[in-house]
Amino acid sequence: MSNWIMGGGPSNHIILSSRVRLARNLANTPFPLMLNKTSGADVIEKIYDEDTKNNIFKDYKFYDMQDTGFVDRYVLVERHLISPNLANHGSIGAALISQDEKVSIMLNEEDHIRIQTVLPGLQLKEAWTEASAIDDKIESKVDYAFDERLGYLTSCPTNVGTGLRASIMVHLPGLNISSNINKILNAVTQVGLTIRGIYGEGTEFIGNIFQISNQITLGRSEEETIDNLTGITEQIIDKEKEARSILLKSNKMLLEDRVWRAWGIMTNARSISGQESMKLLSEIRLGVDLGVLENIPISILNEIMVDTNNASLQKRIGTELNTPDRDIIRAEEIRKLLLQQ
Amino acid sequence: MQCEECGKKPATVHITKIEGGKKTDVHLCEQCAVQKNSITLNTNFSVQDLVAGLLNSGSVGPFKVDIVKEPKCSVCGLSYNKFKTSGKFGCSNCYKIFGDRLNPLFKKLHGNITHTGKLPNKAAGKIKLVREIDKLKQDLKTAINNEEYEKAAEYRDRIKELSAMEQEDV
Repeated sequence: MSNWIMGGGPSNHIILSSRVRLARNLANTPFPLMLNKTSGADVIEKIYDEDTKNNIFKDYKFYDMQDTGFVDRYVLVERHLISPNLANHGSIGAALISQDEKVSIMLNEEDHIRIQTVLPGLQLKEAWTEASAIDDKIESKVDYAFDERLGYLTSCPTNVGTGLRASIMVHLPGLNISSNINKILNAVTQVGLTIRGIYGEGTEFIGNIFQISNQITLGRSEEETIDNLTGITEQIIDKEKEARSILLKSNKMLLEDRVWRAWGIMTNARSISGQESMKLLSEIRLGVDLGVLENIPISILNEIMVDTNNASLQKRIGTELNTPDRDIIRAEEIRKLLLQQ
Repeated sequence: MQCEECGKKPATVHITKIEGGKKTDVHLCEQCAVQKNSITLNTNFSVQDLVAGLLNSGSVGPFKVDIVKEPKCSVCGLSYNKFKTSGKFGCSNCYKIFGDRLNPLFKKLHGNITHTGKLPNKAAGKIKLVREIDKLKQDLKTAINNEEYEKAAEYRDRIKELSAMEQEDV
C-alpha cells in the first residue's frame, strides 16, 4: 500500500497528501509529442538501461505502457501514480514506480521525464527534497535541456523554469457545508495558485476533495514556490478548522445526523455508484475527524477512496465488469472495509 | 472596478508592472490612461513583443499584422504559427528559435521571464558565474545612481575578474 494511503503526516485530518512533480527533458531530443515508437524507445533506453535498472531504479517497478493493459493503467491512475494522459495516449510512454509508491517517474508523457513524489499530510518541503534528490541522480546519467535564462525547458510553456508543480490534496467539507468554499477557492486562484479535481487537470470536484497547486514556474525558486503554497495551505487549514468548530457548535445534531446517515448507507447499501460513495465518504471522513465516529483509521477511508474505483475493483475481481455489477461489487467492498473494524 | 485616477469611469486598462521583483497593478479608464502616459513601461518590452502578445492572446485587434518571415525550428520543424495554435513546443531548440517573441507569453503566464531556481549540477558552475555577473552589474548601476563611486569601482573590478573567468571556461 502506498504511503499516503496509510495516512499520517502533519494535518492529515485535512490534508490527504502533498505532491511534488518535476518536469525534465533530455537535451537535443525532440519532446515526446514529436517522437515515434523507435525514437520514443531511444529516450526510455537513455534513462532506463542496464546501469540505472540496477542502481537508481533498483527498487522501482517498470511499466511499459504498450505492454500494460487498460485496467492496469487505470489502476495506476486511481492510485495517483500516473496521469490519465499517460494512460490514454501512452503508446510510447512508460512509468517507473517505487515499491513504497512514494515516487513515480513517468517517461514520455508530455515531457521526457516527470518525477513525482507523494507524501501523506502537509509535507511539501520533504516531497521537494526527495524529488530533487532523484532529479540529481537522473541528471548524473543524462544531459537535461536547460537554458541559462529560462531554466528547465519543457514541452508546455506553463512549466518552463523550475518545471515544478507542487500540490496538496485537501478535504474541505466544513468550508463547503458552511457555503464558504467558493470564497476560498476564488481567493486561492488570485494568488497564483490553481485548483483541480481529484485526478488532476480537467477532472471534477467530488467528495469535497480539491487539489491546490502552484501555477508560476518561471522567476520563482522552488523554495519560494513551496513556502508560498505551504503558507496558503496553513491558512486554509485554519479556515477549515474554524468552519468545522462553528458547525459543531451551532449545528451539532445536524452534523451528527449527516455523518450517521452516511455511515448507514455506506455500511448497508447493496449497490452504490462511485460518485455517491465519494460523497458519503467525505461525510464519514468528517465524522471520524470530529470524533463522531470512533475507531476508524484514516487508512481505511483512503483505501475506499482509491481501491473502490472502477479499474481497481475490476483488477481485484479479475474480470471486466459492467456498471451495475461494478456498483454491486463496490458496495460489497465498502461494507467489508468499514465493518471489519 | 473603478478607475484609480478619476474614480468615476470603469477601469478598462490594466497595467501590471514588475520592478525589482515587486509587482504593482494600475487600473485606469481609457481616458486617464491616455492622459497619464507618463507610465514607464518595462524597457525590454519592445513593439515586436507587443505584436506577438496580441497574436498570442488571440484578441482581434483593429489591425492585422503579417509576419513576413515565419520562424521555424531548425531541429524539429515546428513553425511559430503551429506553436501558437498547439501551445506546445516541439523541442528545446524551439525556445531559442522563437526567442524574445515568447517573452510576452512568459510574462502573461508567470509574470517573469527569468529562471531563478535550481540549476543542473553539470551547468551550475558557469551559470552561477553569469548570474553573479548580472547581479554585480545591477549593483554597479545602483551604486553609480547613488554616487557611491568607491563601491562602484569595487563592483567594476569584480565584474572584470569574473568575466575573465567566464571567458577562460569557454
